[in-house]
Amino acid sequence: MKNVKLIAVGVVVLVALLLVTGTFYTVLEVEQVVITQFGKPVRVVEEPGLHVKMPFIQRATSFEKRILEWDGRATQIPTKDKKFIWVDTYARWRITDPLKFLQSVRDESGAQARLDNVIDATVRDFLTEQLLIEVVRNSNRTLVQAEGEGIEREEVKVEIQVGREKLTREILNKASELTPQYGIELVDVRVKRINYVQSVREKVFSRMIAERDRIAEQYRSEGQGERSKILGDMEKNLLQITSEAYKTAQEIRGEADARSTKTYADAYRRDPEFYSFLKALESYPEAIGEETWLFLTTDSDFFKYLKSSSGR
Amino acid sequence: MAFEEENIQDYLKKIPPQQMGRLGVIGLGVIVAIAFLASSFYSVAADSVGVVLRFGEYVRTTQPGLHMKMPFGIEKAIKVPVTRILSQEFGFRTGRPGVRTVRSREALLDESLMLTGDLNVVVVDWIVQYKVKDPRAFLFNVQNVEETIRDASETAMRQVVGNRSVDGVLTIERIEVAEDVAQNTQEILDAYGSGIQVVTVKLQDVTPPDPVKPAFNSVNEAKQEKEQLINEAMKEYNTAVPKASGDAERTIKEAEGYAIGRVNRAEGDASRFLSLWRQYTLAQDVTRRRIYMETMAEILPKVKRKYIVDEEEKGILRLLPLGEAAGGDQRSPKGEGGER
Repeated sequence: MKNVKLIAVGVVVLVALLLVTGTFYTVLEVEQVVITQFGKPVRVVEEPGLHVKMPFIQRATSFEKRILEWDGRATQIPTKDKKFIWVDTYARWRITDPLKFLQSVRDESGAQARLDNVIDATVRDFLTEQLLIEVVRNSNRTLVQAEGEGIEREEVKVEIQVGREKLTREILNKASELTPQYGIELVDVRVKRINYVQSVREKVFSRMIAERDRIAEQYRSEGQGERSKILGDMEKNLLQITSEAYKTAQEIRGEADARSTKTYADAYRRDPEFYSFLKALESYPEAIGEETWLFLTTDSDFFKYLKSSSGR
Repeated sequence: MAFEEENIQDYLKKIPPQQMGRLGVIGLGVIVAIAFLASSFYSVAADSVGVVLRFGEYVRTTQPGLHMKMPFGIEKAIKVPVTRILSQEFGFRTGRPGVRTVRSREALLDESLMLTGDLNVVVVDWIVQYKVKDPRAFLFNVQNVEETIRDASETAMRQVVGNRSVDGVLTIERIEVAEDVAQNTQEILDAYGSGIQVVTVKLQDVTPPDPVKPAFNSVNEAKQEKEQLINEAMKEYNTAVPKASGDAERTIKEAEGYAIGRVNRAEGDASRFLSLWRQYTLAQDVTRRRIYMETMAEILPKVKRKYIVDEEEKGILRLLPLGEAAGGDQRSPKGEGGER
């Protein structure tokens, strides 16, 4: 008899426990709960805390209330100017209508698959219509040229009409039109990464190398040019200095010569005959030396006394 | 030991049922009491706050220290660091001792390779430092906040770099880039209500991609070559021109010296002449003779062959031994004295 009582008590306790766990359920701050009765949705509970429902008959299925992730795989997309690029987008979304959500995609992995389709398609539609520069740049501000070289390439000189930011906003708007049917609100879609496809990348690298080589060449020739200019200036200045000095020196010498000539002339002019007499006599000692043969007559002033004491 | 088992079993059998029941209840009570106490207390570290949920609903935030809460999981305390600065790395990972890097170089390069505004390619490594500014938002608004920070930061970096030239990003715009990325990242994170505060964004290595690096380096080398060429030329200039000026000075000074010498000599000669002449004018005849005689007296002794002939005598030339002279040259009495 005691055993039966024990079993009866046990059963009662068990049933009570089941009733309690089946009646009460918690809704976390990050959750929203859909109560279904025999598979049919009855209500949505969003307030966090402890709630009650009918046990056994009603089920509580919880969904995330937070902003959820979506990260697309990188896909290859050709831009309008035929540049093939890898585009890696990410999105953020949330479940705004858990009922619809449950009925359409059932759970988060179903939602991810649906978002894959919607977002990839929208991104592709938009980007294939745009030039690459529209996808990369945001504004038309002038680009810094540290090497003092203007960018010559056509593809870069273009002024953008739309720009990266605007493009992603448009993609978001378009894609958001398609998600409410799944009870999903697209909070954000952004382009996380863009990169050239391998073959294009190699071409771009070659182009970058050629650009740099050209800049290096320019520096070198600028250096040569500057050097030539400096040396040319130098030559010119040297010539100028030496020739001016020569000119001045010659002027000085010339003036001195003129002055001294005048001094001589002024002096000798007083008695030119006396001067030539003096000059001649001064030069005889030099003209006449040891080996000179002198033929003199007794008529000379010096020897005339040899003939007679009176010199006649 | 069978003997001891039996003893315990006997002992248990000996305890009357009521006492068994009571023992059980006491034991259970002790366990419950311990569990009660253990789940009623929690501590919050100095750099964190505690966010308390009751049945999953937010009820309060607690400061650092020891606190009480409702036991048995009725209330749950989640601890959120609010003053600690956390960081995310992009393009590289700081190695921790004993932890092998899981990421491959390929994957790291994917994070750092990006397009610039002039459609070139650059490699950027960077760090984002952040902290939690709103613990409730951090816990309840966004799932996987860390990944969201990463996505937002990569997006912001590419957006900012995509608006600048490769030259700018590599050199003078680095600081601007870091600031803009911090701002953009914060805007995105705020739009999601993530409760995250971006403290700073720091650029680490910013380089051109490996295949292109030599070309970029050669530009720097060429720049240096240019500087060097110019410096050498300037050096040559600065050596030659002053030297030439010095030489020019010297030339002019020499000319001046010559000028002074010439003029002085002329004045000296003129003065000497004039003095002599003044004397001469006082006694002309006598002075002339004197000068003449003095000169002859000086010359004549030196001359070896003197022929003093009577002026009437005309035929003497034929008799002279002119052939003995040097080379038999008869035209003029040319000796060494005749040459100047």
